[in-house]
Amino acid sequence: MRGILCVFALIPAIILIILFSYIFSNGISAINIDFLLNSPYMLERGGIFPQIIGSLCLVSVCLLFAVPLGVLSAIYLAEYAPDNALTGIIRFFVECLAGIPSIVIGLFGLILLVHYLNFGISLLSGGLSLGFMILPWTIRASEEAIRAVPRSFREASLALGATKLQTIRCVVLRNAFPGIITGVLLGLGKALGETAVVLLTAGSGLESFIPRSLFDPVGSLPVYIYMLATQGRHSSTAFSKASGASLVLLTIFFAINVSALLLRNRYIRRMRGEIA
Amino acid sequence: MRVKVQTRDLNVHYGRVHALKDVSVDIEANSVTAVIGPSGCGKTTFLRVLNRLVDLDGARVTGKVFLDGEDIFNGVDVTSLRRRVGMVFQQPNPFPMSIYDNVAFGPRIHGIRDKKRLDRIVEASLRKAALWSEVKDRLHESALRLSGGQQQRLCIARALAVQPEVILMDEPCSALDPVSTARIETLIKELKREYTLVVVTHNMHQAVRISDHTAFFLNGELVEFGKTSQIFTNPAEKRTEDYISGRFG
Amino acid sequence: MCFAMSWSMERVVESILLISALSSALIVFFIVLFMLKEGFPALMLGKDFFLGMEWKPSHDKFGILPTVISTLIVGVGALAISAAIGIPAAIYLAEFSPPLLRNVLKACVEMLVGVPSVVLGFFGLMVVVVFIRDFFGGGGGGGGGGECILAAWFILAIMTLPHVVSISEDAIQAVPCSLREASLALGATHWQTVREVVLPNARSGILASLILGMGNAIGETMAVLMVIGNPNIPSVPTSVFDAARVLTSTIILEISYAVWGSTHQHALFALGIVLFVIVAFLNIITTAIVRKEVRKKSV
Repeated sequence: MRGILCVFALIPAIILIILFSYIFSNGISAINIDFLLNSPYMLERGGIFPQIIGSLCLVSVCLLFAVPLGVLSAIYLAEYAPDNALTGIIRFFVECLAGIPSIVIGLFGLILLVHYLNFGISLLSGGLSLGFMILPWTIRASEEAIRAVPRSFREASLALGATKLQTIRCVVLRNAFPGIITGVLLGLGKALGETAVVLLTAGSGLESFIPRSLFDPVGSLPVYIYMLATQGRHSSTAFSKASGASLVLLTIFFAINVSALLLRNRYIRRMRGEIA
Repeated sequence: MRVKVQTRDLNVHYGRVHALKDVSVDIEANSVTAVIGPSGCGKTTFLRVLNRLVDLDGARVTGKVFLDGEDIFNGVDVTSLRRRVGMVFQQPNPFPMSIYDNVAFGPRIHGIRDKKRLDRIVEASLRKAALWSEVKDRLHESALRLSGGQQQRLCIARALAVQPEVILMDEPCSALDPVSTARIETLIKELKREYTLVVVTHNMHQAVRISDHTAFFLNGELVEFGKTSQIFTNPAEKRTEDYISGRFG
Repeated sequence: MCFAMSWSMERVVESILLISALSSALIVFFIVLFMLKEGFPALMLGKDFFLGMEWKPSHDKFGILPTVISTLIVGVGALAISAAIGIPAAIYLAEFSPPLLRNVLKACVEMLVGVPSVVLGFFGLMVVVVFIRDFFGGGGGGGGGGECILAAWFILAIMTLPHVVSISEDAIQAVPCSLREASLALGATHWQTVREVVLPNARSGILASLILGMGNAIGETMAVLMVIGNPNIPSVPTSVFDAARVLTSTIILEISYAVWGSTHQHALFALGIVLFVIVAFLNIITTAIVRKEVRKKSV
């Protein structure tokens, strides 16, 4: 019995290995300095430089929106919110936001940001829409991190004459910081890989220029991969470039996951007293 | 005899629970007052009223409490009250920071930035808490590396760093071994020269060793208050005598 | 950082905190508002919209039934596959695997979650679709053949597998030790204990993970878009080798050429509303299951 179940448990690992080796073997040949530093032209020539920059810009705008708003909301919910109906409603709506399919968020971004507010297909529209998407995750992660700070720290701080806000700033946030950062990194990962939202609000993905302002359309890695995989001649060049871009994307993801792990490690070591 | 802290008809309710009933007591300056009584009798609640940490517990407080004649619930800024009335908790709770940062936390909160001044305050507080010689070479190590007894002395130093007038201690030695306990008891007796101490303890022998006055609480009521020597040899109330002789605990 | 602030500054900061929380909550409100506003004209088509069998924007026909049916078929199929693999995997990880292997496999599952859907879709296009084309010679639509519902099932199953595994594993682990010990003390084997005691108690958690997974699969856009074929005229699929269209792929394909302000555009937003409602419904069921379980345990 055990053996049969073991086989099932190995399947995700096997899929992962097949996935990675396929992408790697197809993509590694495409990766060279040209690929990383040039712009795409005629669909399957050139490189992905504007796409890399574009993805990073989109994610930056997204985080600039979702992190402050998320952390501030989390502080309110964890430290100030009274136990009443309004708080319940706020929490309910935030949870709802987490359950909305990304394409609906993309449609919302399209109607509100691109058309209603006239931002057009742009870095700003794309970044803000991505921000809407990851906001519930930053709130959740931050709130959990804040709640995890033991009550005794708060009481010790207050007993020394600190105000509530001082306690939050100097004790609670300081200790919740790694947890919050982990949440931010996870949101970053989601935003980096999101395609539907970006396709609807930020650009067709094959832009050959770097955005010069918030209102320029912007290319991004996931949309580039999609375009190369589905439009055009299905040639092996197209596939290998798409694999190369996938490889770059996966590498960035890997870096993010490793950073999150290192941060969590550092936090555990500090709580154990190994570092100050 | 100068009165430092005074309560008059102090009542505390947690919802339906009447935790403290009509407590009126005068606590003398520069003395150690022990607060004894069985579990759940209101000792910790009493302590938490004195520095208004009870505000966090959702309790309803009536009656008056005076610090140097000022009503602490009316017209006194709670953060400056808590600077003047410090607290040391049952479980040592140093922040997960360096030893230096723990002690400097209080002064920094109150606006002191100058490094030299902070250095002086940290050293003075650690000396007063009888911890300086043990940690002077490792001020920047994590406070969590210290032993239980050292952490508690660190918490005392941390409380001393804001220059309080009253120090409240909630069973400060209950989590510690006998050697650390003895050190802290010696410390308490020294501290009364400069500060007023109120120490909750469930250990009656400790109360006899360290305190000048003793308050006996039972079911939220202050049953008896007087000189320690008198309470333990010749208590006025029968209930006090029963508790002290161990007829109930 | 730790400087003291005046009382009035502190009040200001506290108001900012409240405003932040309210703003976060209001975003959902605005999403619902705008979606309804844009999709309303199409929803007003009533029966023709919800039960119509023809989706031909150029002829002003906006019947969504085939698309909805395809969506449900895709969701259920993906769910079945990921349940069939994921639940035994979760059982193994929670009950039988040695700790080292468990950590490694759990890490693999975590990493699978992180793979972007477009990469999975691309992988599906290059591997799964080609495989189906070569072995079964089916599918079609806009691509080179092989794009079909079966491909979508596989790829979506891969996407929902990690969620099913981790949530089910948590549910199994949450069954209290005391129940296991009682069973073993009566002489049952480990496997018997798992089958008769642990699984029934973890049932609602596992069920919740499945329904949540189905919600994810139905809401997924890119991966399914790339492998399902998307024929010009959506119809109710008759075999797993048919190419098909789902709600998400229809929206994203047609939004780029729908004339702004036309009924077509409104219909696409209405599709978004339908999608939202289906996913929300599934989420509500999940929450209800979890809540019922919590209440049952506390009684």
